[in-house]
Amino acid sequence: MNNNLKDDWELIVGLEVHVELGTKTKLFCGCVNQFGDEPNTNVCPVCLGLPGSLPVVNEKAVIYAMQLGRALNCSVGRSIFARKNYFYPDMPKDYQITQYDQPTNMDGYLELPSGVKIGIERAHIEEDTGKTVHVGSTGRISGSDYSLVDYNRAGVPLIEIVSYPEIRTIDQAKEYVEELRGVLLALEVSDAKMEEGSIRVDANVSVRIEGEDELRTRCEIKNVNSLRSLGRAIEYEANRQIDLYENSEIPSQETRHWDESDGRTRPGRSKEDAEDYRYFQEPDLVPLNPNTETIEMIDQGLPSFPSERRMQLATLAQMDVSEIALIVERGHDGFAAETINSGAAPQVVIKHLTNNLSDGLGELTPTAFASLIQMEESAELTSTQAKKVLGELVLQGGRPQEVAAQFGLEAVDTDELETLINQLITDYPDEWERFCGGEKKVQGFFVGEVMKSTRGQADGKVINQILNERISD
Amino acid sequence: MSPSVPDSFVTAESISEKVKSGEWSAVEILDKYLSQIEQHESEVHAFNTVLEGEARAAARETDKRVASGETLGPLAGVPIAVKDNLCTKGIRTTASSRILENWKPPYDATVVQKLFSAGATLIGKTNMDEFAMGSSTENSAFGPTRNPHDLSCVPGGSSGGSAAAVAAGFAPISIGSDTGGSIRQPASLCGVVGVKPTYGGVSRYGLLAFASSLDQIGPFANTVRDAAIVHEVIGGHDPKDSTSISEPFPSFLDGLDHGVEGLKIGIISELMGGIEGISPEVIGKTREAASVLSANGALIEEVSIPASLYCLSSYYLIAPAEASSNLSRYDGVRYGLRVQGETLAEMNINTRTNGFGNEVKRRIMLGTYALSAGYYDAYYGKALKVRRLLAQNFDEVYSKFDVLLSPTSPCTAFKLGEKTSDPMTMYVNDVCTIPSNLVGHPAISVPFASGNDGMPIGVQILVPPMQEALMYRVASTLESAKSNEQ
Repeated sequence: MNNNLKDDWELIVGLEVHVELGTKTKLFCGCVNQFGDEPNTNVCPVCLGLPGSLPVVNEKAVIYAMQLGRALNCSVGRSIFARKNYFYPDMPKDYQITQYDQPTNMDGYLELPSGVKIGIERAHIEEDTGKTVHVGSTGRISGSDYSLVDYNRAGVPLIEIVSYPEIRTIDQAKEYVEELRGVLLALEVSDAKMEEGSIRVDANVSVRIEGEDELRTRCEIKNVNSLRSLGRAIEYEANRQIDLYENSEIPSQETRHWDESDGRTRPGRSKEDAEDYRYFQEPDLVPLNPNTETIEMIDQGLPSFPSERRMQLATLAQMDVSEIALIVERGHDGFAAETINSGAAPQVVIKHLTNNLSDGLGELTPTAFASLIQMEESAELTSTQAKKVLGELVLQGGRPQEVAAQFGLEAVDTDELETLINQLITDYPDEWERFCGGEKKVQGFFVGEVMKSTRGQADGKVINQILNERISD
Repeated sequence: MSPSVPDSFVTAESISEKVKSGEWSAVEILDKYLSQIEQHESEVHAFNTVLEGEARAAARETDKRVASGETLGPLAGVPIAVKDNLCTKGIRTTASSRILENWKPPYDATVVQKLFSAGATLIGKTNMDEFAMGSSTENSAFGPTRNPHDLSCVPGGSSGGSAAAVAAGFAPISIGSDTGGSIRQPASLCGVVGVKPTYGGVSRYGLLAFASSLDQIGPFANTVRDAAIVHEVIGGHDPKDSTSISEPFPSFLDGLDHGVEGLKIGIISELMGGIEGISPEVIGKTREAASVLSANGALIEEVSIPASLYCLSSYYLIAPAEASSNLSRYDGVRYGLRVQGETLAEMNINTRTNGFGNEVKRRIMLGTYALSAGYYDAYYGKALKVRRLLAQNFDEVYSKFDVLLSPTSPCTAFKLGEKTSDPMTMYVNDVCTIPSNLVGHPAISVPFASGNDGMPIGVQILVPPMQEALMYRVASTLESAKSNEQ
């Protein structure tokens, strides 16, 4: 399971992922939705929550949300906005407009590359808050000299995707977030950058003895800013809880903050004295009621998602899903398919895409790629030569035959190699005897000599093949 | 001595016509109203802000445009007083609260924009119960407004300043907001016409929210026709308000004089003695109004709206619940009053403790409680059920009747201080007006009679949503019956 947990303990994780949508404007007003601008420049009466202002829903954000919902196999239906009431200076109205008991998307799942399906409880629409900067002291509110608030982010559209507690390993948790990123990028609804905060992950972590049915008390871990932190935070938190249980203590249900530098989680507010958010229907907005045609239109417009793309490529290449997952993640699966369909050997296509094309495809075309692979397969080029030509095709484009000729690259043909090797056997009888006697390291000497006289343009595989044939002769 | 209205320029319609024809100048008209304000405002206190300079400049501009041959709107040169909970760009908008004492909005409410486009002159911002919470305008942080008909009496509320401004001849037209009767009840107490439009009929953009699902902006006027004219100006779809109705309303003016022949009018029996606390005198005058309509050919019958018994309780949960959320933003962080503290929470608390008056605090606490985990179902949830039941009651009644009739206020204007000690007696003032807010239907209060104390009594006419044309028609019939009598 690779959880680094003590024996007999099972990890239970549910993830809450906040995604900033990449709409041009904010969720309830016409202000620009843009990261990194001068503070408080993308604001208006609505996103500042000025007295008398009213929200109007950004239709694009709703469409994005429904697209994401359908991509996550959710049922999409009538939804209402609600107010979540609590005081905080970066929230202009001192309530957040969100969705509560009737979210836009409910009951779906995300299929991981490993084939495991993680249930999605809901994916709802809400507005983001502003950002508070505490100046002086540690950067925390207590002890700071003063605080500044930037409302540029206030009102930016968010989707909160809540999974069921169905994640059982740290790797699954990371895979889940990566897979979700893949879906978001395929939909083009978010830039999905964890470092810039356009994806924010909170993890609900609990543990139980394997075989137990009931869930035990969970803690919500916040402030996890990378996949690596996510893994570390879950592992730390699970072990913390196990230690408590093993000392006959019980963890309390609370929010905890991950401290990256310490590698620990620390308590935030506990759920017992948690605020009562006093949710109620947002009276300034009307329910969203998409009709079946709208949902059908959304379904028809959906791109294909990583899970089905992996399946398609694996089937075409006749390889295991795990061997081609990276290519799908890089978005090179369409290119791979086209190359394979032009007659190139799938194994070689996948090999090059995995190992030699991680920096992008540049000017390379599927046709050129396929010809190159054919040249390599028919031993016109050695694999080293092919790699060199491939690099050139990425930079310059063109046909591999021409590029190879330009560099004077051409695998020495087999007849020529046989002549060369016969000559070597005559010139080095002692070494040949030792080789025939089973001294394998002498093989390297012969290969080296052939390479020397062909200036590296011979195919190592072919040389070895000929040498072995000669022994048996 | 009470201020009296100068007769010659009493209707907004005649002012606009004569200003447009060049017969009167907008400045001249304005000056007459300003002089009335100068003489009597210190007694009445209808305004938080009088905009003498701004209004003069605007009136001069109007006259210039008339002179240059421009076509002006239906309110050209008409001085208008606007309740101080409607945003006016660069002009103090306080909601009669210390917490916003010096707040100047950076934008105009949609209604204010529409008034300006129609050529109106903003003469001032009127006093009100703080954040529109109250029925007497005594909850203003800046002192009460007095009833122009008897200065020892309240004008009603919460739009008491707007009602008093029209009654005192400070302006021919004013604008108020009505959440549970805050236009109709003061209209009744001040002897003017007051309208609560269909929910969604007038944009709420720029109205400082009290209870968003109940709030509507509407006009006060001396005549039904003036009210209808102003209503047409301020109404219509506004993309900035998601609850705004996009379908067009039929003209409110076209059938105004068509009478009530053949209309089926129901008198709401619960408000005619069924519920305690409505004065026999008011009930008697409402019956007289029914007789007038009957004499004009309407069919009158008593009808029952059983859920109206629970309206007051339901309203005093829903409105405070929404208010508790709407008023959270007044936290000292971004605008308005800030009273410092050692910590952030202390600053929030100090600001709100000092900035809000008692009635506002009471309703915030009530609403917070009603929405709390564990109490939601018993209070707020149940109140919503009453609201749905009430809507069903109205639907059933309107399947048999065209129009409903009831008192507007359970009593005539009461003395200042008479009801301030017990919030419950104050809350009962809204018993006749609340049902329309809960279901979002339009209603109008028309001055109809005077009580034994000489104070005005209005009657309320209720119609189904978007049926304002019918409402104005019935109101107009009552109005002309009354003037024929005199």
